[in-house]
Amino acid sequence: MGSFSWNLVLDIQEMWSLPFMLNAFRAGTAVAIVAPIVGWFMVLRRQSFAGHTLAMVGFPGAAAAAWLGLGLGAGYFAFSIAAAFVMAGRPAGSTVHSEESALVGTVQAFALAAGMLFVSLSGGFLNETTALLFGSFLGITAGQVMALVIVAVVVLVVLAFIGRPLLFASVDADVARAHGAPTGALAVGFLLVLAATAAEVGQITGALLVFALLVLPPATAQALSPRPAVSLALSVVIGLLTVWVSLFVAYYSLYPVGFWLTTVGFGIYVAARSGVAVAARVRDLHPATAPVPTC
Amino acid sequence: MLMHPFMQHAYLAGTAVALAAGLVGYFLVLRAQVFTADALSHVAFTGALAALAAGVDARVGLFGLTVLVAVAMGFLSPRARPDDVVVGGLFAWILGVGVFFLSVFTAIRSGNGNGAAGVNVLFGSIFGISGRRALATALIALIVCGLIVLVSRPLLFASLDSDVARAHGVPVRLLGFAFLALVGVTAAEASQVVGALLILGLLAAPPGAAMRLTSRPLVAFGLSALIAVVSMWVGLWVSYAVPVVPPSFSILAAASLPYLLTGFLGRPRETLSGQRA
Repeated sequence: MGSFSWNLVLDIQEMWSLPFMLNAFRAGTAVAIVAPIVGWFMVLRRQSFAGHTLAMVGFPGAAAAAWLGLGLGAGYFAFSIAAAFVMAGRPAGSTVHSEESALVGTVQAFALAAGMLFVSLSGGFLNETTALLFGSFLGITAGQVMALVIVAVVVLVVLAFIGRPLLFASVDADVARAHGAPTGALAVGFLLVLAATAAEVGQITGALLVFALLVLPPATAQALSPRPAVSLALSVVIGLLTVWVSLFVAYYSLYPVGFWLTTVGFGIYVAARSGVAVAARVRDLHPATAPVPTC
Repeated sequence: MLMHPFMQHAYLAGTAVALAAGLVGYFLVLRAQVFTADALSHVAFTGALAALAAGVDARVGLFGLTVLVAVAMGFLSPRARPDDVVVGGLFAWILGVGVFFLSVFTAIRSGNGNGAAGVNVLFGSIFGISGRRALATALIALIVCGLIVLVSRPLLFASLDSDVARAHGVPVRLLGFAFLALVGVTAAEASQVVGALLILGLLAAPPGAAMRLTSRPLVAFGLSALIAVVSMWVGLWVSYAVPVVPPSFSILAAASLPYLLTGFLGRPRETLSGQRA
C-alpha cells in the first residue's frame, strides 16, 4: 500500500507500478464495458432478479466442481447456463409475472442450498465461500485478464447481432411479435448471454461485483436519458468511472473493493435520480423556460 | 429423534418460521415481489454483520435494518410496490455495505478470521438454536402469521386489482407498507433458521406450487403454508437421519420438490394472478 499524496498523476504512476493493480485496472475496464451493456438490456427488460440469480448460481457450480475435482471454470459455466435454460423454460408467451417471480426465486434458493451441500460434502472451504460470493479485483492474473477480454468480445459481438430486435422485443413484445420478431428465441438468447457474462465475470470478481455493475450504471443511465443510444453509451461511461474511482480509492483504504464499488455506483445513481427529479420540479415552477409547442 | 433438546428447538422454531414464510410468500408471489424478498434477505445479512461488528446482539441489527430498508423501498416506489430497478440498485449497495461490515468484523475478531460468522449468517444454523431463542423466534413468527391473516382479505383485493380496491376505500398504499414490513420481519426471522441466502426458497417455492394446484386464492393461501410446514418437517428429519446433509439443503430440497412436481401437472385454468400482467 502506498500513501496518498494530492498529486494524482504521481499516485497513479505509483499504483500502476504494481502488477496486481495494473491487472485489476485492466480486468476492471473489460468488466466495466461489458457488464453495463448487458445490464442495460437486463434493466430494460426488468430482469434484475434473473440477473442476480445467474450471478449467484456460479457458486454451487464452483462448489460442485471442487467436490468432483474438476476445473472451477467448467462448474461456473455449466451451472449458469443450466439455470438460464430452466428459467427460460416457462410456458412460451406466458406473461404472468408472479409465475416468473416464483420460478426464479426457487431456482436461486435451490442452487445455493445445493452449493451448501457440495461445500459440506467436500469437507468445507469457508474462505473460498466468502471469496466466491464477494470476490475482489485484487489477485487477478494476466491469463484471467485475457479470458475476460475474450468473453467480453464474444458477448458484445452476439449483442451487436441481436441488439436491435432485442431492443424492439424488450420495449414492446406484442408489437415486435406481430412484426415477426422471434421474441421467444430472443428471450432465451438474452438469458444465455446474461448467464455467460455472469459466469465468466463472476468467477474472477465474485457475484456481488458483477451484479452491482449489471444494475447500477444502466439504471443511472436510463434515468438520465430516454434515448437508447445515448443511455447505452452513458451506461458504459458511468461503469468505467465507477470501477476506476473505486479501485483507486480501495487501493488507499482499508476496506474492500466491493464496498467502494457499490457505494460509488449507488452514489451516482442517487445523485442522478435526485438531479432529474429537481430538474423536473424546476421546469414545473418556471413553465416559461420549457419549450413552448408551436401550433 | 425428538428426545434431543436441539431437535425440539429446531422443530419449534422451524415450524413457526415455515408457517409465516408460507403465508407471507403467497402474497409475495401473487404481487410478483419475490425479488424484494431476495433483497431483504441480503439486508438481513448486512444487518446481522453490522450488529456483530458494533458488538451488539445480531438480532437487533437483523430486525432493525430489514424493516427499515423494507419501508424505505416502499417510499421510493409508487403505491409502496417496489420497482425492479429500485430494488436492484439498493440491493447491490446494501450487499457492498455488508462486505464492509464483514471486513470490519473479521478485523476485530482476528481469531476467527475465516469469515465463519458471515457464512453462518448466510446459510443458517438451525441445529444450534438455544431454547429461549427458539421460543422467541416462534412467538415472533406466530405474530407475523396472525397479522398477515388479519389483513389477508383487503391485501388480496389490493394485490389483484389495486385501482378497484382503492375506489372501494381500501388503503392500498398503507397495506403495501404494512406488507413490506411483514416481509422484512419474516426475512430476518427466517435467516436465523435457514440462513439469509436460502429464505427465498421457503418464500417462493411453496406458494408457487400451491398456485399451480388451485386457482382459488384463499385455498392456495392455506395450501402454501401447509406445503412450507411439511417441507420443514421432512427437511429436518432427513438432515437428522443423514448427518452429512446440511439442514438448509434438505429443507430447501423438500420445498422445491412439490414445485417441480406440480410443474408437470400444467396450470389450473387461468389463475387470478394473470390479471396483473
